[in-house]
Amino acid sequence: MYSEKVMDHFENPRNVGKLENANAIGEVGNATCGDIMKIYMRIENGIIEDVSFKTFGCGAAIATSSMATELVKGKSVEEAVKLTNKAVMEALDGLPPAKVHCSVLAEQAIHAALQDYQKKTGIDLGLSELEHEFDCASFHADMHKENN
Amino acid sequence: MKSVYLDNNATTSVAPEAVEAMMPYLTDIWGNASSVFYETGQRAEEALAALRKSVADNLGAANPNEIYFTASGCEADNWAVKGIAYANKRKGNHIITTKIEHHAILGACEFLEKQGFEVTYLDVDKYGFVTPEAVENAIKDNTILISIMTANNEIGTIMPIKEIAKVAKAHKIPFHTDAVQAIGHIPINVQELGVDMLSLSAHKFHGPKGVGVLYVKNGIRIENLIHGGGQERGKRAATENLAGIAGLAKALDMAVSNLDKNMAHMTKMRDMLIDGIRERVDYIKLNGPEGENRLCNNVNFSYEFIEGESILMRLNMKGIAASSGSACASGSLDPSHVLLAIGVPHEIAHGSIRFSVGSDTTEEEIKYVLDELPKIITGLRMMSPMYEAFEDGKLESFTAKLKEDK
Repeated sequence: MYSEKVMDHFENPRNVGKLENANAIGEVGNATCGDIMKIYMRIENGIIEDVSFKTFGCGAAIATSSMATELVKGKSVEEAVKLTNKAVMEALDGLPPAKVHCSVLAEQAIHAALQDYQKKTGIDLGLSELEHEFDCASFHADMHKENN
Repeated sequence: MKSVYLDNNATTSVAPEAVEAMMPYLTDIWGNASSVFYETGQRAEEALAALRKSVADNLGAANPNEIYFTASGCEADNWAVKGIAYANKRKGNHIITTKIEHHAILGACEFLEKQGFEVTYLDVDKYGFVTPEAVENAIKDNTILISIMTANNEIGTIMPIKEIAKVAKAHKIPFHTDAVQAIGHIPINVQELGVDMLSLSAHKFHGPKGVGVLYVKNGIRIENLIHGGGQERGKRAATENLAGIAGLAKALDMAVSNLDKNMAHMTKMRDMLIDGIRERVDYIKLNGPEGENRLCNNVNFSYEFIEGESILMRLNMKGIAASSGSACASGSLDPSHVLLAIGVPHEIAHGSIRFSVGSDTTEEEIKYVLDELPKIITGLRMMSPMYEAFEDGKLESFTAKLKEDK
């Protein structure tokens, strides 16, 4: 059901764990729905020098977190802001329809960390507050809508 | 790589003896059991009668004509629920069942609700039990069916079927039990249990897939589900799947003959796994009861702070097959309805794994799982932001609280 790339990132997740000297942290999702992603970044001079993640969730949630960190590592914050769930999915050679929301969550987690950076530094990246949604059904439905 | 199959509640391997029993009906005796005016049809008809008698004997049925072969346990469940509902709708429209039935029963009940029937889904306690008193209290003047599973497929709860059957009998209400998970794991005798209808499925006890039985006691009025020809004494159309029926009959015969030996072995494997997991992994909850009221082959734990599908995938990397009650693994939004019904919160239910041992499970296989599982759980917890929050004192542990409450 999963592509080889998804399996690879699930079996050997990149950039996993807590980043001790992180200066930007973002967390999205909730336990009731079954997935939480937390992204740690160390940003210096507008460059994401290091990034890591912790994820509670299914195989796709872990793989998309891993891939999202790979895609923004070493990038400027301006570039990282442009990360989309589509890019994460493409880099993983696709996801089953029921798992598309994981890639959206990964995009949101990266944005949440960058937003933290925006808040701390006052550098405007054009990110607005994410709305927190606690009803799993509408949470997942909204995510699927975003992808159609 | 090692391969350890611990998903016997999902399906079982087909016994070579069952395959052997099926072969003649795929090669020599391929006739239609309804075509009795030539030899190959006659041989099929005779074989069918003998197989029906064997199944009736092994279930303790009074008469072989109470055994109806179906294409699955799911069909047997659907037939029992819809068939009784439609045959008795002049008498009433109320059905009693539980919140933890298999989807075959729940789906049929939900369908009937749309047709104007009324269904009471009884609550269960924290171990999954429903009491005969609760069943009795739910009975109304218009109750036409009680359907309660013999044993639960996810958490192994064995229901007090004999006592519930007495209640149903006292109120003269037809009583059906879904015994799909029970055959081969507990003694089943329809007359001793006092049930009016019972469903079973061959592939859960080392028979082939695609064949099941609905036992219907003589005197119970049931409407047909499958319409067409006059097979199964006019109650279920479709040319009989003789090879499948032969496999079912052989597997049932073996399950009944070897029941004591198999139960003892599976209980030992189950307890070795339960005790071993408890010794090696913390922040867990055993779902379902302990001891003799738990299916001898079922182990179901929730592992806090992590999610079930990722546990399954990590187990699969080590060659271990199990199943999960998480929403992600099932493709639905909510975790298992059974776990929610016994009061397991969503976030814990997402991290549930069922191991179900078989009569062929070895001690060595259990030891292998006990070596690998703790590493998998620790590995995933190290990746979990919930575990980090818990370690930082920002999140309370549900399972730790359960322990304190005890």
